[in-house]
Amino acid sequence: MRAETVTAPAETTDELGRWSGKSVRRTEDGRLLKGQGKFADDHWVHRQGFAQFVRSPHAHARIVSIDTSKAMSLDGVFTVLTGEEAKEMCEVPFFQIAPEPGGKLQEWPLAVDKVRYHGDAVAVVLAETRELARDAAELVEVEYEPLEAIVDGIAAADPGAPMLHEEIGSNVAWQGTYDYGDIDWALENADHVVKIDRLHFHRFSSTPLECNAAVVDWDPGTGVVEVFSNNQMPMFGSMVIGPTLGVPSNKLIFSSQDIGGAFGIKIGSYPQIAALALLSKKAGRPAKWAESRSEHMLSAGHGNERSFVDIEVPVQSDGTILGFKLKAFDDAGAYLHYEPLGAVIWSQVTPGCYRLKHIRVDFTQTLSNKCPTIPNRGYSRLQHLWMIERIVDVVAHELDFDPVELRRRNYVQPDDYPYETPNRCVYDSGDLPRSLELALEAIDLPKWRQRQRELGTGSGKRIGIGIGSTLDSGTNNFGQARILNPELPFSGNGEAAYVKLDLYGEVNVNIGTTPQGQSHETTAAQVVADILNMDHGEVNVTAGFDQRHNTYVAFSGTYASQFAVTGLGAVMGAARKLREEIVTLAAYALEADEDEIVVEDGACHVRDDPERAIPFIGLANIVLSNNAVLTPELRERISLNCRYVYTPPFEVPDPETKTGNITLTYASQIHAAVVEIDEETGKLEILDYVAVDDCGRVINPQIVEGQVHGATALGIGAALYEAFDYDSSGQLQQSSFYEYHALTAPDMPMMKYADIESPSPFTPNGAKGMGEGGGAPLSTICSAIQDALGDGDAIVSDSHNPWWRIHELLRSGENGGARGVEVASR
Amino acid sequence: MSDAGTVHPIRVTINGETYERTVESRQLLVHFIRDTLALKGTHIGCDTGNCGACTIIVNGRLIKSCMMLAVQADGAEVETVEGLASDGELDPIQQAFHAEHGLQCGYCTPGLLMSATYLLRQNPDPSEEEILRGVRGNICRCTGYVNVVRAVQVAAGGEPTAGGGKREEAAR
Repeated sequence: MRAETVTAPAETTDELGRWSGKSVRRTEDGRLLKGQGKFADDHWVHRQGFAQFVRSPHAHARIVSIDTSKAMSLDGVFTVLTGEEAKEMCEVPFFQIAPEPGGKLQEWPLAVDKVRYHGDAVAVVLAETRELARDAAELVEVEYEPLEAIVDGIAAADPGAPMLHEEIGSNVAWQGTYDYGDIDWALENADHVVKIDRLHFHRFSSTPLECNAAVVDWDPGTGVVEVFSNNQMPMFGSMVIGPTLGVPSNKLIFSSQDIGGAFGIKIGSYPQIAALALLSKKAGRPAKWAESRSEHMLSAGHGNERSFVDIEVPVQSDGTILGFKLKAFDDAGAYLHYEPLGAVIWSQVTPGCYRLKHIRVDFTQTLSNKCPTIPNRGYSRLQHLWMIERIVDVVAHELDFDPVELRRRNYVQPDDYPYETPNRCVYDSGDLPRSLELALEAIDLPKWRQRQRELGTGSGKRIGIGIGSTLDSGTNNFGQARILNPELPFSGNGEAAYVKLDLYGEVNVNIGTTPQGQSHETTAAQVVADILNMDHGEVNVTAGFDQRHNTYVAFSGTYASQFAVTGLGAVMGAARKLREEIVTLAAYALEADEDEIVVEDGACHVRDDPERAIPFIGLANIVLSNNAVLTPELRERISLNCRYVYTPPFEVPDPETKTGNITLTYASQIHAAVVEIDEETGKLEILDYVAVDDCGRVINPQIVEGQVHGATALGIGAALYEAFDYDSSGQLQQSSFYEYHALTAPDMPMMKYADIESPSPFTPNGAKGMGEGGGAPLSTICSAIQDALGDGDAIVSDSHNPWWRIHELLRSGENGGARGVEVASR
Repeated sequence: MSDAGTVHPIRVTINGETYERTVESRQLLVHFIRDTLALKGTHIGCDTGNCGACTIIVNGRLIKSCMMLAVQADGAEVETVEGLASDGELDPIQQAFHAEHGLQCGYCTPGLLMSATYLLRQNPDPSEEEILRGVRGNICRCTGYVNVVRAVQVAAGGEPTAGGGKREEAAR
């Protein structure tokens, strides 16, 4: 299906050149297809030892003693570092984002005194080989005194619950009320109020196929700590662990090349990197670590589990939904890694895709004896968006509206953009009704409604059609952190890039990003080639990130759906500066006016006089190795090495009212699915699936489509298969890909894809970040299951619906249990 | 741990080159390939044989090299991702993955390429369903498999019809 532009292009987008907007094939592929990528575990250094963490088998226990003598007695073991020793080597605990009392939480690189989750690291071993390190780790004897564990994220907030961090005085990491419009008025005056007891969004992870890995080398001579890793947000990691280690950021040098998927999860490897730094310091040699899969599942970070309770939804007789009121309990696990940012980031999409006006959310983030959470693709918004989509379906079910029509009626409309939400976020552009129409066309809704009716009872099968409407809010305003903690000196966002001519006139680009499959080398080359009017294949984008030679700002990294805006914004700015220098220099060299200079295919010539020309190699020569020919003024002004920092037009939000524009762009995803459910077993088969994406101006359609496929697959996996569960004592039940069924090829519907382009008026190129997706498949699958259940009593109230839960839903009418829903009508 | 120190001489041919090394009994074939021989194209994504990142071909059969000990490969002919391209030229399956964008981060790719290679040797004209089954031992977290299926369809000489096919011609 071809893309169509549905809103007027922004003024800034008329500069599409030869390459932007085309499916240029990827530069990265060359090495990756030949097995020549350089991933974190491919990096070996002289004198390295292999690190192995010793992890707690208990969810909650006091560490009575640690005896490392047997481990140390093995030949080839360099050293063992315990939590207590690590703490003594540190200056301060990790920086906390939360205000007090949550901010009193003390976390060190390894657990001290207590372990707080199954998998908490208590010590780390360094040895000559991987195998020996594992042997030695098994010989570290830890005596534990088990404590009662709390695994329920709601009960954790109870004053009497077992406490994880005594210094806080409770398990509440953050609590606050978001109150917009007048929900009390709406509930009093609405024609109907639909009450839902509880919706539960489960815990899962995108489980990047490459686990965490790092080589950390603390150089005793220079004091430089080199970190070659696959951390995806190294500047954040650096800001957290630098003060803890007592290492200034100009001596804490992160680098990476290829990263084997991350999805947010690899923001979270900084505690391990800090422990490895101390291990390296103690052993006097580099510490190499490659996390195992089971270790990854235990401790690398999970997506946030969130419960929504006491939900009340005012609805008018014509189907207008006025808003909602609820309490949200977000379970952050045992420590606050990047949290409590999740307690505000959802509010980027406060009303979802809808014109909801009256919203009150009492938000509590708790600590529990589970793996710490970490941003996972769609971070914090997908939980909230899923909840809103469930509300819409439940309202339709209870009040007998068509769920498709109900969405259409309540969507933000094309004429509404730029649309200000009740919390003063600004939805930049879009056309949700058109996207919905394309989705319904793609699955042929009338055909399936007909099949649904024909199927009738007694066939043993049910057909369900579901819609998911979500937003991928991209380019954060970090000022949102002040809504959590007004003391935090954070706001805005940005990214940096260098574009330069090298010694022989080669064009080179480097950026502060750390891509994990998002094709930055390819798309950056496209936009630079457009600005310099040359072949994209002639533009080299440095692979990977190296703090020594890449430029960066504190926001640098690859996360939160922003590269197309911040990364490419930086690249475009730098390329334009370089182009200006090239033109000035060529005009000087060719004795022409600047406006006569044509830049084309790696050279400049005078318009209408192609013989008067100078190639980039000539320009580079003048500046880099022949500068006495220049005037002093040009020598001073021109470097052919141009840096640009893109910064979005943000203001600081208001922490009092919890309002302000906290994200720049909103890509939309409208998904539709047709499912068939077997009544006997609950088995669900996806018969058809379509994603309609709108991420504004598309730089490379094939790459965007690929990321939509990927986001859809992770969402379908989470909806039907993937979950992390803990038993009541806090033991993780899924610690390998046997128990954690990551979606495989036969599980994935060969989905359809369509897109529309609603350019963002707020970005330099009309593009919007889109990589995360909004978790639309979770909403879509639940919606389809709800549809298949028909007029029955059951309400789909959990985001995870494996066959056995669907089986329960099919039979829930039979046991006469409470439905968890009621309607009060005026 | 009891035989941790036991070592064995082995002789393995990988992509046409023969290596003679002494290995610990317990060393996995994938660690032999990656750590001992420094052939880093074969990756590790799990500990349990589920993910397929380490998939290689041993004596003509598709195996996961984390599920085999190095000593078991004594005398074997092994094919890994590094052997696919010849003289720097991508082979048809690699070209198809490139054309159809069958990879993003590239971590699962070497294993997927070996599974696809094996599939097409066994079945040069696989159906969509046969392709899905043929790569079910390889977990990919980036692509959602749609473009992987398209790539195998193209490598088999067909059209990339999975998911309704590709949307437009490439710029290059």
